[in-house]
Amino acid sequence: MSAIFRSGFIATIFAVFFIASAGAVFVEKQLEDPAQEIRAREISEGIRCLVCQNQSIMDSNADLARDLRQIVRERILAGDSDAQVKNFLVVRYGDWVLLDPPFKLRTAILWLGPLVIFLLGGIAVIMFVRGRGNADDVETVPLTAEEEANFKHILPDDNNELPK
Amino acid sequence: MVAELGQFVLVLALVTAICQGILPLIGAHKQNAALMKLAENASFVQFAALTGAFICLTVGYVTSDFSILNVASNSHSLKPLLYKISGVWGNHEGSLLLWVWILALFGFAVALFGRNLPDSLKARVLAIQGLIGVGFLLFVLFTSNPFERLVPAPFDGNGLNPLLQDPGLAFHPPFLYLGYVGLSVTFSFAIAALIEGKVDPAWARWVRPWTLAAWAFLTIGIALGSWWAYYELGWGGWWFWDPVENASFMPWLAATALLHSAIVVEKRDTLKNWTILLAIIAFSLSLLGTFLVRSGVLNSVHAFASDPARGVFILMFLVFVIGGSLVLYAVRAPAMKGGGLFAPISREGALVLNNLLLSTAAATVLLGTLYPIFLDAFTGEKVSVGPPYFNATFLPLAVPLVIAMAFGPFLPWKRADLGSALSRLKFAMFAALIVLGLTWWLQTDGPILALVGMGLFAWLLVGSLIEWADRIRLFRAPFNSSWRRMVTLPRSAHGMTIAHIGVALVVLGITASEAWQSERLGIMKPGETVTVGSYDFKFNGAEQIVGPNYNALRGSFTASKHGGAGYQMFPEQRVYTDPPMMTTEAAIRPMLTADLYVVIGDEDGAGGYATRIYHKPFISWIWLGCLTMFFGGFLSLSDRRLRLGAPKKRQVEIKGKEAPTHI
Amino acid sequence: MRLRFLAPVLTFSAIAVIMWYALFNLDPSEIPSELLSKPVPEFSLSGVPGYGPDLASTDLKTGKVTLLNVFASWCVACLAEHPLFMELKKQGKVDIYGLNYKDKPDAAAKWLKRNGNPYVKTGMDEKGRVGIDFGVYGVPETFVIGPDGKILDKIIGPVSQDIYEQRIEPLLEENNS
Repeated sequence: MSAIFRSGFIATIFAVFFIASAGAVFVEKQLEDPAQEIRAREISEGIRCLVCQNQSIMDSNADLARDLRQIVRERILAGDSDAQVKNFLVVRYGDWVLLDPPFKLRTAILWLGPLVIFLLGGIAVIMFVRGRGNADDVETVPLTAEEEANFKHILPDDNNELPK
Repeated sequence: MVAELGQFVLVLALVTAICQGILPLIGAHKQNAALMKLAENASFVQFAALTGAFICLTVGYVTSDFSILNVASNSHSLKPLLYKISGVWGNHEGSLLLWVWILALFGFAVALFGRNLPDSLKARVLAIQGLIGVGFLLFVLFTSNPFERLVPAPFDGNGLNPLLQDPGLAFHPPFLYLGYVGLSVTFSFAIAALIEGKVDPAWARWVRPWTLAAWAFLTIGIALGSWWAYYELGWGGWWFWDPVENASFMPWLAATALLHSAIVVEKRDTLKNWTILLAIIAFSLSLLGTFLVRSGVLNSVHAFASDPARGVFILMFLVFVIGGSLVLYAVRAPAMKGGGLFAPISREGALVLNNLLLSTAAATVLLGTLYPIFLDAFTGEKVSVGPPYFNATFLPLAVPLVIAMAFGPFLPWKRADLGSALSRLKFAMFAALIVLGLTWWLQTDGPILALVGMGLFAWLLVGSLIEWADRIRLFRAPFNSSWRRMVTLPRSAHGMTIAHIGVALVVLGITASEAWQSERLGIMKPGETVTVGSYDFKFNGAEQIVGPNYNALRGSFTASKHGGAGYQMFPEQRVYTDPPMMTTEAAIRPMLTADLYVVIGDEDGAGGYATRIYHKPFISWIWLGCLTMFFGGFLSLSDRRLRLGAPKKRQVEIKGKEAPTHI
Repeated sequence: MRLRFLAPVLTFSAIAVIMWYALFNLDPSEIPSELLSKPVPEFSLSGVPGYGPDLASTDLKTGKVTLLNVFASWCVACLAEHPLFMELKKQGKVDIYGLNYKDKPDAAAKWLKRNGNPYVKTGMDEKGRVGIDFGVYGVPETFVIGPDGKILDKIIGPVSQDIYEQRIEPLLEENNS
């Protein structure tokens, strides 16, 4: 019995969030200056919608997303630079609100990680190929005419080309 | 009654799995034929038992038996029949039952189709499958039993979530699980090989069909999920690098790498340790995905209601399976004897590059997905890793991969001459440059990446076609001879070409739709027309309608091009009552050249409505490309050579030699 | 044994250990407040009609610990914590101020009438801007504010008896003595 209460409770919490997130296509006032509106759009695409998962406030229908978009517009109208607009939100919500994690020491591993992994992998590959000896070391002796004829007899349907 | 029967067969399956897991391993060790044969019979029984369990749960859903807790939580008498059935796996317990049933299905298939496997290998493979089944069945029976009773039974069920009542979403889990679980077979083969102590080309030949099947299903499963997001979520996005999406993408990347490295093992008897490790990693990523979704460690719209107790169980299972297999690898792999040598520029080299890029990609996605947890654990800080990160790190890996994909098939084994491969590809190079030039000329102010993307698309498409034409000597030999070559060419060769072309199509779809999408978001009044992407959209008005379990605002639009014939589009904004939820049903007109995508929203109080209209060029090619890849995979799977198993050595008389030579 | 064969299992072990820790100690949906130890943002709002005088940030610098509870009539989970707040008001342990977030005045008034009013003062944040200044992203949230108006803690989700005892009560004792 408690299980159904628990799942019901969780379901209602989700329902609350869902009502918020699966909400209406927004009716909102855009900035009059198209250049500013584009700036607002671009900044918004880097701001995380906090009640959705991994979506920007530009991509979400949630109420909070709409509010945050309006905030971005207001700050642009007030003359803030892009960095200042983002900072306004970071002061209130933390680095978490930026979808693009800033390059700080703590995210250095994140950003450098792929490069490091690729280089490690590359080194492993090179060591493997080197360590095994090279196919160039193996001498190839050309086939005699008889061996050539046998070769063609065995594999008639393939390229009648000899390996180099 | 049905629930008790289901419970009974679940326990029966567990007992069978325990037998299947332990006895054949002993049998293989002692070369006891009876114990080894037991594996096959056990897998038949396990499959039968789990089929029974699955049928029991389905019956519970179809008859709306709300005395079963799982049915009461997730179903409703008003649900259409199709969604009652798909509701069976649309929840945590039911989806686990599906998982474990597919596991038994694959075990059964190995027993059935693996007639020509050596007895000890088959016994070991089936035993490992059995052991995995034991783990999952214990998990199901102890923490996630779908057959728990609910007393007193409620009058009706709880589960009318409209988002789940959808064809795309109904088929997404089965295909996805066929992929995840299919990787368990390659895993079992890898463990069996480690236990046996040898990996030979025959092993790789046996492993290939299972890898192909798993890969193909995983491709479709991911594509279905992505397509569903596209048409259901209302703003045309189809990939968000959400943790659960990543959890399916990582095994796919690993499976693709595995597919290619297994070819090297088969043909050249090298890269064996790496391929074994990759098989272990691919399945481990599947299991890790299961953990991430169900434990509550990561937040995602996909996550089932999370429960730390379940999380603990899965984590222990992971430690046992993944940790155990990696320890086995550390102990046994050094003893494996290596094989053929090859030069860096060769087909092997190209496949190694393929593996390097794909593995780095998988590792990067893993890093990005787990990083928030790492940071939180070590510093308590929260950081969000989203699309900007994944796009920035994935693209530099994907670009060289696509370039290499056209090269690889042209390179012979062991040692190749890059120059001659390049010269055969010159038409592909021309095609790429022409398309790039055309794109630059036609597009007014698109991004540079669009040029790269279109160039890559042309390069891969034409390159794959040239390779195929080359192989059948099209235009160089009489047509009859080309035709004959084509039909006698092994299906896996055709499959490869088709699958690679599929990738090219996906590149086209992604590039075009991301670079040249047009959109207009704004208020429209009835009678107004706007132009988006060279199409005119006339808004005819909106009305309130009543659906079976929802009320909706339905808009009517006519889309036409240059005054030509109009196409009617009816987007809706639905309000469901039970549970209360609002969804947007976009109106989509898919065409080969583009999709038209219309969404309607709230009224603004002045007679106008919020609308979003998109023109997305070539986006359907993403899904068509995935279908093509799937088709290529299955064509390869149907290759006679795979069904007949490893080639037996044939004796050929050679003139002038005494003894027959084996080939 | 060669490192390259041990590397996979070592990497996995590291991941497993962190996952284990995460299972028990981390909650991904909790975002710690950026405003901890910072003063309450300035604001001034009119109260819910019929329920309490207007609320301003100055009301929160009273020299004792106070709670600011963000609630709404449309918020189902708020009902879960409501009885606890009514009990706290009855016992007079701590003053609770209500921030009515993105709600309609008459809906909020009806809700308070139906369920009871645990708040000393209420403020209507119809547009949600004050909430954003506080870093609110969902409802309910409760801020524990110190005697000097600095934010001591932020509780996300409904306040249960456990959370009250573990997080709020210690702060009350520390700061009110």
